[in-house]
Amino acid sequence: MAAETIEVSIWRGDAKGRYHDYEVPLRENQTVLDVVTFVQRHIDPTLSYRFSCRVGMCGSCAMTVNGRPRWTCRTHVAKAISRGGLRIGPLENLPVIKDLAADMRPFFDKWQRARGAFVPSRTRADPMARIRPGEAARIAADAAIECINCGICYAACDTVRWNPAYLGPAALNRAWTLLNDERDAANRERLAAVTASGGCQSCHSHQSCQEHCPQGLNPTASIAGLKRRAMQAYLKGELKP
Amino acid sequence: MSLRLYVWQRLTAALMAPLVIVHVAVIFYASRKGLSAADILARTRGSFMWASFYCAFVLAASVHAAIGVREVCSEWSSLSERQSDILGTLLGCSLLVLGLRAVAAVVSP
Repeated sequence: MAAETIEVSIWRGDAKGRYHDYEVPLRENQTVLDVVTFVQRHIDPTLSYRFSCRVGMCGSCAMTVNGRPRWTCRTHVAKAISRGGLRIGPLENLPVIKDLAADMRPFFDKWQRARGAFVPSRTRADPMARIRPGEAARIAADAAIECINCGICYAACDTVRWNPAYLGPAALNRAWTLLNDERDAANRERLAAVTASGGCQSCHSHQSCQEHCPQGLNPTASIAGLKRRAMQAYLKGELKP
Repeated sequence: MSLRLYVWQRLTAALMAPLVIVHVAVIFYASRKGLSAADILARTRGSFMWASFYCAFVLAASVHAAIGVREVCSEWSSLSERQSDILGTLLGCSLLVLGLRAVAAVVSP
């Protein structure tokens, strides 16, 4: 008796490519990343894709699985399969390099544009800042801090799809954590950066980022915080658009 | 959308929220009490309160809708930012003129 198999359709080529069909043996506790790896190792070694840790820590294996952006290493086939098959493509809202490898540069460029890098206000000669875990700002930062920049929220975001200038949920979420970090020295510039064209005010609060985030974060709430902060600063005359 | 437009859109929405509630309550009141057009005009003509109420409503709605439509056009259509600006401004001006004309018709003595 033949082993049970699944039909897998995988994007091949660049933006002008197309889906190719493969037949992969079905195994117990098989992840979508296992399926992609099987195709590369046993059917077509030219298949390009990206992965590293395989345990949901690095965020590099994010792909579109049956229309939904997912970490493929943490997605069991049984959970994602639809009509006996899988359709696996690169992350949406990003250029395709080849096959399942999306070009992450726009994502990280926007992260930089949102002033996502920490700017210290002290030197190593100064005493260490004392941050109480119960402070409101620290609680707000903690709620958003676990982002690993996998790009799933960016791929799921309707506003990114419609407005290429929009910074996206991850970059804005990162900016929100730093705005709540009293050790940071660049928050005036950061607030100006996240309220420029394509900034937090462009978010329509569809909450796809929250719905799809594998870390269970809520970037929409972070963006709402940025909007409140921006509105207050604008009305006080501290922010000149 | 610039931050300035965002702030204007949110402020006009905040202003319209209570105005819409009062407006809907007035519609229910007028229909349940069976008020005729003459009854309504008798209450609104020469009324500074109703003139102020609906002028504020028209102003807020014109600004709010113009910004919203401008945003929809710039995101969902092939119009450029400049073209969306023009379309939104034209819509806002049209709503303002038509709305103020309607207010004048019911509050002018």
